[in-house]
Amino acid sequence: MADEKIFLLGDEAVAQGALDGGMSGCYAYPGTPSTEIMEYVQASKEAADRNVQREWSANEKTAMEAALGMSYAGKRAMVCMKHVGLNVAADPFMNAAITGVNGGLLVVVADDPSMHSSQNEQDSRFYGKFARIPVLEPSGQQEAYDMARNGLAMSEKFGVPVMLRLVTRLAHSRTAVKRSSVVKENGLQLPSDLHQFILLPSMARKRNKLLLSGQAAFAEAAEKSPDNKLVISPGADRGIIACGLAYNYVMEVLGGNAGGNNLLKISQYPAPVEKIRKILDHSETVYLFEEGYPMLEEQLRGLPPEHIHIRGRMDGTLPADGELNPNLVAQVLGKPYPKGMTIPSIVTGRPPSFCPGCSHIDVYKALKVALAGYGHGRVFSDIGCYTLGALPPYDTINSCVDMGASITMAVGAADAGLIPAVAVIGDSTFTHSGMTGLLDAVDKNSNILVIISDNSATAMTGGQKPAGLDKIEQICIGLGVKPGHVRTLIPLRKNHEDNVKVMEEELSHEGVSVIVARRECVRVTAKRKRLEKQSK
Amino acid sequence: MKKDIILSGVGGQGILSIAAVIGLAAVKEDLFIKQSEVHGMSQQGGEVYSHLRLSSNPIWSDLIPEGIADMILAVEPLEALRYVNYLNPEGWLITSTEPLINIPDYPGPLSITSAITGIQNHILVDAVKTARDAGTTKAANMVMLGAASPFLDIREDSLINAIQKRFTGKGEAIVEINTEAFRAGRNIAIQKK
Ligand SMILES: Cc1ncc(C[n+]2csc(CCOP(=O)(O)OP(=O)(O)O)c2C)c(N)n1
Repeated sequence: MADEKIFLLGDEAVAQGALDGGMSGCYAYPGTPSTEIMEYVQASKEAADRNVQREWSANEKTAMEAALGMSYAGKRAMVCMKHVGLNVAADPFMNAAITGVNGGLLVVVADDPSMHSSQNEQDSRFYGKFARIPVLEPSGQQEAYDMARNGLAMSEKFGVPVMLRLVTRLAHSRTAVKRSSVVKENGLQLPSDLHQFILLPSMARKRNKLLLSGQAAFAEAAEKSPDNKLVISPGADRGIIACGLAYNYVMEVLGGNAGGNNLLKISQYPAPVEKIRKILDHSETVYLFEEGYPMLEEQLRGLPPEHIHIRGRMDGTLPADGELNPNLVAQVLGKPYPKGMTIPSIVTGRPPSFCPGCSHIDVYKALKVALAGYGHGRVFSDIGCYTLGALPPYDTINSCVDMGASITMAVGAADAGLIPAVAVIGDSTFTHSGMTGLLDAVDKNSNILVIISDNSATAMTGGQKPAGLDKIEQICIGLGVKPGHVRTLIPLRKNHEDNVKVMEEELSHEGVSVIVARRECVRVTAKRKRLEKQSK
Repeated sequence: MKKDIILSGVGGQGILSIAAVIGLAAVKEDLFIKQSEVHGMSQQGGEVYSHLRLSSNPIWSDLIPEGIADMILAVEPLEALRYVNYLNPEGWLITSTEPLINIPDYPGPLSITSAITGIQNHILVDAVKTARDAGTTKAANMVMLGAASPFLDIREDSLINAIQKRFTGKGEAIVEINTEAFRAGRNIAIQKK
């Protein structure tokens, strides 16, 4: 295995790295740009042979907790999510820093600066700092592999979870990666202190002190890490600090070396303060390139003596938002590329759209008719393919905030007198975090209609198997929705009239109604047929 | 050797397949490669592109800087024009002529053709017809790969081997059609070059 080179996405490099680092369990909920990590583990023959745990979880919080449970039992685990997923998992994440780990625990978070497929561009490094744990930020796919592989051991060594932060352009770019030897998985082994994971205040205080006393060791490791590389060029007055992927853009622009500048690459946090001091000492102006928020820049602006100038996102040298790219870096470093052609004005945008034959189309067509008598502005929706109902010609929904928010926002709006309020939510989103909101609605008998547009897939992220497959009605009834008001329909054009009627009936019902509109995602159907044909 | 290529098309048109084949061939020739892809939301009928970088020296950035690309290889003409800001003035724009019209304000065919022919080095290929002649319109992406191949500095047999490797799981007939589509595209480009 060793020395073999394989062509991998950044996400896949992380997956292979963790497998080679002795991972016994991978836990995740899909989300761009992190999805391909778990998909790689699921497709891996080695993972199957070793029986590595590799099932999708219902959401990021359950994934994080399961990973922590595996760590408790002494084995190495990885949990993967997109950046907003860490908001969902924030409670176990923050507290896992206090419990510490037994088996190594790697928390992989893929950020999406420029919001290619996301609601925001939050920077997960802040979460790492918030939890006071080491954070690794690879600059390329090889580092992603190495850091995933070694991060599990690092977590065990320091006794805390370690975060690995990716960004879209690294997660979704492919290159050759060299594998190292495979570390053997840990055996089942309980923590030496069986109280370690009990965060009763008295014990949590002790654990917290332990976490605090570990900070010096984390800082020293970052200071010594070869991934935090400092080059001081004789006579240079310009310093460049580049974090993670931004380092590659800087090297691209400078032609593969420091180019006579002082250059500090940062890929491991807490930030290496001594190295930063050194580059500040040797530079008059320091440029900061960070993918995401100006986290380090904010810290640095408090540090230097007045004669040192800090340049970055906070003084307008770089844009305050959006991802970096080589052209931006080149412009700032005074080495602009020749200007390309202007894009002709006839080039119009081509936004994503529903696939032909998609079941969500029929849901929205029926809902539009059923709602016609009630007036606009009462449909709370959620995140998934069905969010495309916001675009013309459907233009039916009025919100998309965070997974699960459709039902709870409808509850609040109904409380305010917007009656009936409607929630449109996908099946995977419903089991991710809609169920608890539905329980709220049942408890207060909210006057809302919940439409679960159930395509029996987590379609937006590639059609993964959803947690509640074929259990949606049972779940709703179990949560207390009256069985007579849990209706199922098949969203097909030929059923349009009947479906409108069901929606009208449930809109006029006072209390909680659920309509499960079920028809399989056309892409999933097509994929299954393709596979069936191939295996014949 | 250094080639920076923007691949573009609409979600579902198989541009990642083109990238994968070039990638396989380039690995065989011991080139360094970086290939950035678009996953997620835009794959549903939206704009999809890939930055493909090949070089005999190590490559740093996953993204191609604007203004320096050697080629735009597109399976859809509007999508070819969307990225001309990346192309260097001597670079080649190679695109299929078949429009995929899934938006209400799709520009007229004449304005698209005149914008493309306004670019110094361009090759227009009726990839859908060529692919149909080879056996299936689904191979239009391999026609376009063929059309790009004379400019790639990768040996023809490396590319053909890569096509065979890529499609072998789908049966011999599919391999044959895709190889044929590639050859037809290559011939068109050689004539027009
Ligand atoms: C907290 C969080 N996790 C993951 C995602 C990524 N994500 C967006 S939509 C989606 C799938 C939704 O599936 P479903 O509700 O079944 O709707 P479908 O796409 O199938 O229509 C996922 C996983 C996200 N936006 N937020």
